[in-house]
Order: sequence, then C-alpha cells, then structure tokens
Amino acid sequence: MARLVVSEPVVLRLAPHIVFRFDDTRQRWIMMAPERLMLPDEQAVEILKLVDGKASVGAIVDSLAARYSQAPRELIAKDVTAMLQDLADKGCLASDAAH
Amino acid sequence: MTPRIDPPLALLAELTHRCPLRCPYCSNPVELERASSELSEDEWRRVFREAAQLGVLQVHLSGGEPMARRDLASLISAASENGIYTNLITSGVLGGEQEISVFTAAGLKHVQLSFQDVTPDNNDRIAGLAGAHARKTRFAAAVRAAGLPLTLNAVVHRQNLDDLGEMIEMALALGARRLEVAHVQYYAWALTNRAALLPTRAQLDEATRIVEAARARLKGVLAIDYVVPDYHGVRPKSCMNGWGRQFLNVSPSGKALPCHAAERLPGIAFPSVREHSLADIWYRSDAFNRFRGTDWMAEPCRSCERREIDWGGCRCQAFLLAGDAARADPVCALSPDHGIVEAARLEAERAAPAFVYRRYTSPG
Repeated sequence: MARLVVSEPVVLRLAPHIVFRFDDTRQRWIMMAPERLMLPDEQAVEILKLVDGKASVGAIVDSLAARYSQAPRELIAKDVTAMLQDLADKGCLASDAAH
Repeated sequence: MTPRIDPPLALLAELTHRCPLRCPYCSNPVELERASSELSEDEWRRVFREAAQLGVLQVHLSGGEPMARRDLASLISAASENGIYTNLITSGVLGGEQEISVFTAAGLKHVQLSFQDVTPDNNDRIAGLAGAHARKTRFAAAVRAAGLPLTLNAVVHRQNLDDLGEMIEMALALGARRLEVAHVQYYAWALTNRAALLPTRAQLDEATRIVEAARARLKGVLAIDYVVPDYHGVRPKSCMNGWGRQFLNVSPSGKALPCHAAERLPGIAFPSVREHSLADIWYRSDAFNRFRGTDWMAEPCRSCERREIDWGGCRCQAFLLAGDAARADPVCALSPDHGIVEAARLEAERAAPAFVYRRYTSPG
C-alpha cells in the first residue's frame, strides 16, 4: 500500500467505515474513524461536505473560492490540500483514480 | 464550584470475562465474573439505547473475549441501529470468515486484533494457548477480506519488546492501517506479574527509537499509536482523560465504572445498569462524581499547573501503589510516594520470575 498524495486533480471520497455526521447531542459535526473521534472546525466541515467521490480537489477549491471571493484561490488551495492530506494520512480518505 | 459535566464520548462494553487466552497481563480483575452473572442480550440492548441517548458515539465491544458471546452479532446490530460506531476488540481465536461476514452485515465498523508476539512460539507461550498465533493470522485475513479496517494491538513488555521491529512488519503484512504498541499497564494480573513484565530503560529507549523511525517511513501507510509507559515517565498519564469526563465502562455483570480497573477501589459503591439508568449513573452517582474535576485533589496536584492536563493521573494506581485513591499518582516524580515506582524500575533490571497465568481462582 502506498501513501495517498492529495493534489488538485485527485478525486477523493471518505474511506469506508468513516462516519461524518451531525451530532444532535453536541449540536456539531463529528467525524468517526477506528478508535478515533474528530471534531472538525467550521471550515473543515464546509470542505468535507464537498468530498463526495465526484468533485476533484481542484473543483472543491473552485467552489470555495467562488463562495469566499475575498480570499485568493491560491491560499484556499493551499489550506484545502493541507487539511485533506492530513485526513488522508490518518486513513480517513480514499481515492479511486486521478481524473 | 460544581464542574460542568459533558456527555460521555465512548463506552467500553465488557461483554464477558470468559476467554480462551490466559495472558499474565490481563486487564480483567483478578476475581473474574462468571458467565451466570452476565447481562442478557436484552439488558445490553437497553444499555446501548441509553448510551446513544446520553451522547455516546463509540462502543468498544470487549471482554474477556467478546466472541465468546453467542449473541454478539445481535449486540453489534443493537449498537449500530442507535447510530453508535462499533469497534470489536478481540483475540481472534474464536472464529473467522463466517463470523466476520455476519458482524459486517450487522454494522461493525472496525476490528482491533491482539497479538502477543511475532513468533508462534512466544505468542502462544505468553497467551497460554497453543495454536493461537495461527488462528489470529487467519482471522486478520478474514477481516481484510471483508473490507473492514484492521488495527493490530501488540501488547508489549520486557519479554517481547525486542521484537518490535518485526511486529511493525507483521502489521504491514497483515494489511493493518493502524498498530497500537500498547505497553502493559500495571493493574490486576499485570501488577501480580510486574517483575516479569516491566521493560528495562534500555529496552524502552530502543523501542522508542524504532517507533519514531517507522512513523517517519510509514506516514500515510501505517499509523502507530505509542505511549511511553508511565512507570518510566516523569508525569502521569491523563488516565481516561479524567475521571467521569469522557468514558464509561460496563462490566459483564452490569457494574458501571469510570475505568475498567476502578472496581478495586474501596469505599465506592459502583452502580449497576440493572438498577439505574445510564444518565443517572453518569450525572448523579457518587461513583462518577467522586474524582471529577479538581476539587478532590490534595497537594502536590492541587496547585500543579498540569492539574487539568493529567487530572492527577490514575486513581487506581494511587490506590494500588500508595493505598489511597485520593493521593497523587505515584508515577509522578512530584509524588511523595514516587520511591515505590523507582523500586519497581530497579526490579526490572533483575532476572524475570515465572508468569502467573490468568485463571478463575485467586493467585496464591
């Protein structure tokens, strides 16, 4: 098995057995992985909602750049890639093939 | 001031104390609970429903060996149907492909499989069960064939720590994404066997070096969980992340405990899920409020700047080593009882005595 390297052409989905859902008790989004619970912040939640196995990382950056027009695309791309790489290294993301 | 009580994150469901293994470091109490006293399937279903309502997000199905329960698949369903993330903690010697495929259909999310060592000889000697290693290896393959994520749990101590490099290779070969290098913690059976198990400082330093190199080499391929054992540390572990803060344990007969070793503490009546709701137990029982927050602390914890980081360390260890659960954890170098731990470290440098294996009678 090789490390999943995140870049703009890559299409990501949640790895099997990762649960990303809204928790009614705590009134916040949570992500559950084997023996691990993550509490993604607001920015991470917005990114994760776009990880659907169809949109490439570049397309996710585009839609966020359109939504937050005051931030330069380059900066958004850097933040999004770093966050997704960290989750990939924790085994939370998978990719079928690069487009 | 009464501390704010957050809902629990996780429940350790000890479904049974029955187990075909006889590991001399077993975390089950020295006085094991019999099958006849175990909670029924319906009782566990109610516990999982109440746990979900209380806010529990993850259930760790453990034991003993949880696969000794014939209703395990149904219990996995019960937890999953309530939206709880289910994790099976198993020795992998009581089943294979067929069981795993039923568990997967029931909603199981993850398997943590224990190994006692790399070589069949030493694995089976430590586990006290011939053929265990071969069965575990087949079980790991079944887990991966079902597409479930696999964590290998390697319990390490002075009699296998030198094989750590090979354990990492074994985890990769078996298709695990995570490896827990779990140093034995000295409670229950492990405390009885401490002189045979506590690693030397030199062994520990070499192990730490191996883990750090492997983590760098295997980033994104294999995650390695590793914590230096508290006997060799300077400050105590943040045991359970604080008493009654995130975690509760239910024993096979239904006793609710803030951690699996707490039953040994004298003068605390641990409530049973047979008689109380989980919400009453979590928010209102004396047992769960006893060491919550920092008000119970004496010096040196009370004025310590780390009091809300390590929460005074482990209450059970304070009782087992210093005779009083409200004292500082003796593994802390600031504890007035720290000499007890220094003596144990010296003991580790001498020849190891024979194991006392886990069994259904008190050790002699």
